[in-house]
This record gives sequence, structure tokens and C-alpha cells, in this order.
Amino acid sequence: MNNRILKEKFVGKIMLILVIFSGVLILIMGIALYIKARPILAVKPFWELMFSLSWHPLRGEFGFLPFIMGTLWVTGIAVIIAIPFSILSAIYLSEYASKFVREWTKPLVDLLAGIPSVVYGIWGVLVIVPLIKNHIAPFFGTFSTGYSVLSAGIVLSIMVFPIIIHISLEVFNSVSNGMKEASLALGATKWQTVKYVVIRKAMPGVIAAIVLGLSRAFGETMAVLMVAGNVAKIPSSALDPGYPLPALIANNYGEMLSIPLYDSALMLASLVLLLVVLFFNIISRIVLIRVEKSTQ
Amino acid sequence: MELKTHISVQNLNVFYGNEQALKNISIDIPDKKITAIIGPSGCGKTTLLKSFNRLINTIDEVKVSGKVFVDGENIFEKKADVNRIRKKMGLLSQKPYPLPMSIFDNVAYGPRIHGMNDKKKLSAIVEKYLIEANLWDELKDRLHSPASKLSVGQQQRLCLARGLAVEPEIILGDEPTSALDPRSSKHIEERFLALKNDYTVIIVTHILRQAKRLADYVVFLYLGELIEHGPAKEIFENPQMEMTKEYIKGVIS
Repeated sequence: MNNRILKEKFVGKIMLILVIFSGVLILIMGIALYIKARPILAVKPFWELMFSLSWHPLRGEFGFLPFIMGTLWVTGIAVIIAIPFSILSAIYLSEYASKFVREWTKPLVDLLAGIPSVVYGIWGVLVIVPLIKNHIAPFFGTFSTGYSVLSAGIVLSIMVFPIIIHISLEVFNSVSNGMKEASLALGATKWQTVKYVVIRKAMPGVIAAIVLGLSRAFGETMAVLMVAGNVAKIPSSALDPGYPLPALIANNYGEMLSIPLYDSALMLASLVLLLVVLFFNIISRIVLIRVEKSTQ
Repeated sequence: MELKTHISVQNLNVFYGNEQALKNISIDIPDKKITAIIGPSGCGKTTLLKSFNRLINTIDEVKVSGKVFVDGENIFEKKADVNRIRKKMGLLSQKPYPLPMSIFDNVAYGPRIHGMNDKKKLSAIVEKYLIEANLWDELKDRLHSPASKLSVGQQQRLCLARGLAVEPEIILGDEPTSALDPRSSKHIEERFLALKNDYTVIIVTHILRQAKRLADYVVFLYLGELIEHGPAKEIFENPQMEMTKEYIKGVIS
């Protein structure tokens, strides 16, 4: 056979294998985590573990609800802060900013993504935690150490800015000039054009951008565990400390494994984290398909 | 031919960066006639058209000097109200750009952004202008389906209806039939001929035969310069400039 055709086939097969491998990887990880988590699941039913509040490993009580709630609080706050900030920034950069501003700002925003998360954590400890302790909590008439789900949410929101800004900027830029001109030519202001045409047309992409940011937020560990306070209790307000799942795993894995079932409980926590992220991805896919249909 | 001026261009220069796209253009566009801007591609026809509604200002690094008077008002003056000026002109672009919403909402878009919220009035407006664009019979049963589902020819007529719905005085067409099949093109051309009784129509075209069919007045641009302009009959039958003669004979293209 011709050497060229042989190469063609070979390269094709190699790439196919790589694609299958990365596709299957998540499945393998899920199965491995499940096998490791089986000892604890053999002792206690899954739902009891998920909805129990009591986390006392020494007594053999492993309730995950505080950690799940901690994760939801931190991620929720981060997303609530990040969405308006980053979408409006992206709109400004794509529709309003001069070429000069645009070309200087874009690399700066992307640079934010490259800062190590431990640096964000330290910045949170040095700036955000005291800010909440000394100013925000007293303003609401309560006390907080500053180590809280709010601090973690703020730090996390800044970490997801670059992702959401970058992707939604691309999406806004992909809305054709002709369409914007059509709206402007009717006498619409720039803002009306953005609101009724650009955002509408870009909505599926913007949702995708938010989901990517969200996935990052769910899994972010280092910066969050440095400022969240890490108290295994459901936070009752944004100023309370929380203990998100990734922080639980990172803080304890490898340290307290002499306690029976602890190792298995942490594996279950990882599995739950994986499932939560997967769940949000699937939901967002469904939303995306719906939105794509309605904005055609 | 008795001509009243609607748009008056005086010493208009446009630069894209360092490149000069229009060189010292002065011209009067007649009221309630069809004016065709002709010339080979890349010679500034679209730039001139986009100067009339100031869409040219949305382009990065563009510099404009000179004056364009619409109804006696210089639209390039600092305090000129761009949105009000644009409302006076409907635009048809080379490719139809339906907005990402339903057929109804496309036509109602203009009136809505200018503050009209009365549902009954909006329905009446939508019906009126879809009839005027010759689309009503085809579309009246599916007004709420997405505009992107229409054929390209229908989309272009929808864009015409959308432009008319803001009650402009002027219709600008930037090679409005270039993406259309012959039948849809004919539809649009017929609309233009019907509209010129009430509107000033300005179209950019590189199709000489289209200019001959439609135009009352012709403007010939070449490489950013105004070579010749005048009533269509004179330009086509008795051009004064050598360049115009050659273009009309098809030597330059």
C-alpha cells in the first residue's frame, strides 16, 4: 500500500483513540470514585449522607449537607456578582470602547485568568476578609470574623470574570455588524440595540460563558478554602462561614485517614462534586437548546 | 426636469485611517425621485450612502469633514441628534438582516423603540407596512414565527417593511437586490418605483441595467471622486465625461 495512505489511516486512528480516551476519562474517574466510596455507602444510605447535618467523623457520622450548602452559597454569591459585572464589561468592550481601549484591556483581562489561585486567596485574606469584618458586617449591625461565604464568593467572582468576559466578548463580536446597523438605522440608540438585538442574538453564547464560569467556580479550591472560614455548618447568612466540598477534600485528604470510613467519605464527596458539576452542565445544555430555538 | 433638493452634500471628505474613501464630494439629491449611485466596486458608493444616515460613524478610525444637509439641517454638526436623523431614513442593506425576533416584532421594532406601546396601533402599523412591502398575504397567518425562517427575498421585503414602519422620508438601498434571485429583485424594484411618489429613494447599485430601469437621477463615482451627476436620461444618453462614457459602455468595471 502507498505510504501516504498508510500514514493517513494511522493518524486518523490515533486521533480517534485520543478522542475516545478523553471522552471515557470522566466515566473512568466516576467509576473509580464510586468504588472507593462504596465502603461508606455500604454502611449508610446515600440520601441519608446527603441530607444529614451532622459531621463527626470520630463518631462515624458523615453528613454532607453543610458542605453541599457551603458550595452552593459560595458559588451562588460568586455568580450573582460575576454575571452583571462581566457581561456589562464585555458589552462595553465590544460595543462602546474605542479600538485603543479594547486592545489594551483584552490582554489585561486575560491576564487575570493566569494568576495562581493561591494569590487570589492571599489577596482575599488581606483585603476582603478585613473589609467584611470591619466595614460590611458592622454596617448590617452584626459580627463576622470576615472569613465567610461572602468573602469566598467575592474572591471567586473575580476569578471567573476573565472566563465570562472573554467568551461573551467573542460572542458579542460575532453578532454581525449588518444586524446592529439595521437596528441603528431605524433610529435605535446604542443601548436599545444592545438590549434588544445584540444580547438577544448572543444569548446562547452568553449562557455557555456563564456555565463555564460556573463550572470553574464549583471546583475552585485553594482561594476558597483560604477565606471561607471552613466551619461545618450550614451558613445562615452571607456573613457566616461555610465549608465548600472542594475545601473539605483538600483540607483533610491524606491527614485523617486513620479514622474509619473517612477516606471513603472524602471519595464520596469528590463523586458528589463531580455529579453536581455534571448536573449543572446538563441543565445548561437543555437551557441552551431552548434558548437557541427561541432566538432564531 | 424640475428638481427640489432633499439632501445636499457639501465638500464631503471621508478617511478610513489614512486612506481617503471620498474626495471632496458636493452634490444635491433630489426630493421624491430615485437617485442611483453607480460606479465600480470599492469606489466609495456605500461610504457615501452611509454618510447620509451617519452609520459611517460606527466604523473604527473614520474621519469625516464637510457638511451634509438633510431638510436644511447639517447632520454632521456636533449637536445633531443622530437617532432622529436615522429615523428619517430607512436602510436596505446588501444582505437582509432580520432582527432575532418574530416577523411581527421586526416590523414593530422601530415604532416600539420610539415609544409606541399601544398594541392595537402596533398591529395596525404592522399590517399597513407588510401590505406596502407586498408581504401581508404571504405572512399574515404566521406573524409570530421567527423572521429568520423566511426566504431571503421575503426577508429583504420584511426589512423594507421594517424601515417604512418608522415613517421615514428617505429610503437608502445599498445594493438591495444583490443577494436576491431575479424574481425577488423584481419585487423590490417594483416597490421602489411605487415608493418614489412619497419617499426620496437613494440606491447604490453596480448593475447598470437596474440603474437604467429605476433611476431618475444618477451619480457616478470613481475611486472616491464624483465624476458626473445629472438626470438619468442625460447621463445614460449623453454623458459629458470620458470616464462616464467608458463605464456605461462597460470598458471600466
